Amino acid sequence: MSHKLGADDHFSLSVEALARVEGEGALHVTVDGGEVTDVRLAIYEPPRFFEAFLRGRGHAEPVDITARICGICPVAYQMSAVHAIEDACGVTADGPIRELRRLLYCGEWIESHVLHVALLHAPDFLGYDSAVHMAAHHRDLVELALRLKKAGNQIVDLVGGRPIHPVNVRLGGFYRTPTRAELSTLTDPLRRGRDDALTLLSTVSTFDIPAAEMDYELVSLRHPGEYPMNEGRLVSTAGLDIAAREFLDHVEEIHVPHSTALHGRMVERGPYLVGPLARYRLNHDRLPPAVQQAATDAGLGPDYRNVFGSILVRCVEILYAFEEALRIVADYRPPDRPYVDVPARAGEGHACTEAPRGVLYHRYRLDAAGTLTDARIIPPTAQNQPSIEADLRRLVQSNLDLDHDTLRHRCEQLIRSYDPCISCATHFLDLRITRT
Amino acid sequence: MTGSARPTLAVWKFASCDGCQLSLLDCEDELLAVADRVQIAYFLEASSATVAGPYDLSLVEGSVTTAADAERIREVRRLSRRLVTIGACATAGGIQALRNFADVAEFQAAVYARPDYIHTLAHSTAISEHVPVDFELRGCPIDRGQLLEVICAFLADRPPRISAASVCTECKRRGNPCVMVAHGTPCLGPVTHAGCGALCPTYHRGCYGCFGPMETPNTASLSRQWLALGATEADLLRVLRTFNANAPEFRAESELHVATERA
Repeated sequence: MSHKLGADDHFSLSVEALARVEGEGALHVTVDGGEVTDVRLAIYEPPRFFEAFLRGRGHAEPVDITARICGICPVAYQMSAVHAIEDACGVTADGPIRELRRLLYCGEWIESHVLHVALLHAPDFLGYDSAVHMAAHHRDLVELALRLKKAGNQIVDLVGGRPIHPVNVRLGGFYRTPTRAELSTLTDPLRRGRDDALTLLSTVSTFDIPAAEMDYELVSLRHPGEYPMNEGRLVSTAGLDIAAREFLDHVEEIHVPHSTALHGRMVERGPYLVGPLARYRLNHDRLPPAVQQAATDAGLGPDYRNVFGSILVRCVEILYAFEEALRIVADYRPPDRPYVDVPARAGEGHACTEAPRGVLYHRYRLDAAGTLTDARIIPPTAQNQPSIEADLRRLVQSNLDLDHDTLRHRCEQLIRSYDPCISCATHFLDLRITRT
Repeated sequence: MTGSARPTLAVWKFASCDGCQLSLLDCEDELLAVADRVQIAYFLEASSATVAGPYDLSLVEGSVTTAADAERIREVRRLSRRLVTIGACATAGGIQALRNFADVAEFQAAVYARPDYIHTLAHSTAISEHVPVDFELRGCPIDRGQLLEVICAFLADRPPRISAASVCTECKRRGNPCVMVAHGTPCLGPVTHAGCGALCPTYHRGCYGCFGPMETPNTASLSRQWLALGATEADLLRVLRTFNANAPEFRAESELHVATERA
């Protein structure tokens, strides 16, 4: 039963187990005398201690081990791991290997974004409990989504060996690189996917999307020539412009009692946001004209800031990933060797790459034999958690006149707008507050 | 079958990466057909609608790492006519079972600012250590085709057709040259459970054992062969202690290489 809330009410709103998010979390909001006094996105996913057991492993191992932090975005973990360890060893893999890594990432962006947009998030806008329920009345949309997702998985399957926890990624490149003929088998599914992605974008642009402008700092990679995936400097709407190795000089982490994920904050500035909204806003000029035009047609300007509209930005990135994958497939020439050697040396390496959910930071320290002495991993959802809570607080405060069930649903919808990956966020980080 | 006559399926998550339950959503060509044949009654990652148990078939992902989860798995078992574990975490404790060989308090202190906020058990354990299990599906992650076979088999009340032989049998079937014999690449294939389709050797890489031990593996012989190919005791220890470290056969063999290393 629902009821309207008066200004004097003391009440609490709880969602004990959030559905359609990756991992286990809950939401608790307390309102007292018309004021929101407490908002907690509680993460109770049990910790798995990756940073602890990585110590003592060989420098080639984080590629496979850290993939297991997240079954939704294993490629992101593999990419941040290889780049951070290659950084420690002073090696750069270029040419076709660099392109194949980018192609692999396109595949993961597609499958992860489509999973979220169509199977987890769209049911909120169309009023269903799940994509399976939605399929009863929107069969075409669900079939379109499954076809798109399959095309993304086909890329990861071919380049990586399998869609979840790919086996073909190694330090310096790949165990085996595809021939031109093998890679060209992707051309037809990718062309179809590009058309389907346009259809998805225009379908989603007809959804009734609530408005909520955000005003916090947006952070993403930026590269001189391309929409960012594996390389670039970390920039923000507040003027941040740093290399990956400076990340911990600017970001601090707080351990709060209600979460097994640490909260990330900009030193002296507070909460910030990573992910598709940040990437799009900071890199709109790096999108090809056709993708920019499709975004404009869907009602997205270059400075789009509506949190609830992140679903639209994901659709734009899906389209971009198809365009980019087609370019890479068309230009591909196999490398002479599938990988470059990455001899171990003592040192420290850092990398940020753009996981589907935003900046994923890895840092490793190695001894001369290549044994890991320290590992540090900061996933996007941990960085976004304070912003999510701040937005929930604002949302509840300005919607106290809504009935309980509507307000709870709106909160859940807001949380899903961030596509939080709770499995990623929970694996734990040590707290070391670094100040500049 | 129609309406309420459809059998009910539930998907449960314990400590894991979500990858094995995602494999169900990755069955892009079959998902809607599966949903026509079974009622997806509890699958929190995919649906906010939940139907109360009991359930005809429960798929359980993840290992038990907290006292609360040790209680919860008993409740899941009580609600489930058939219970199938999916993946290395649920079947052998997963990568997080590396804590079983270490001091978990030290792990907590190393990675958490406030270890007192964290409640965790000293060991990560397989579901079968807590409740009876009807079938264990291997893999880190599981194979989609095998997942569909298991669902179909249990709905038809027949045993799943899943081979417990080694990865070598799949390599031979694919016509792969043996990476150990032809290239001298150390490979866990001879002692590892089939199911992936010999993926790593097909990509010119040695198997790293993500499906766990096969039925009656000859791990002693394999270790001798690795050492003959130039692998070290430390290499053996690491490869056995990765995604299926707490599987009894891998655990027992790995302990021999700790001793050798210290001697």
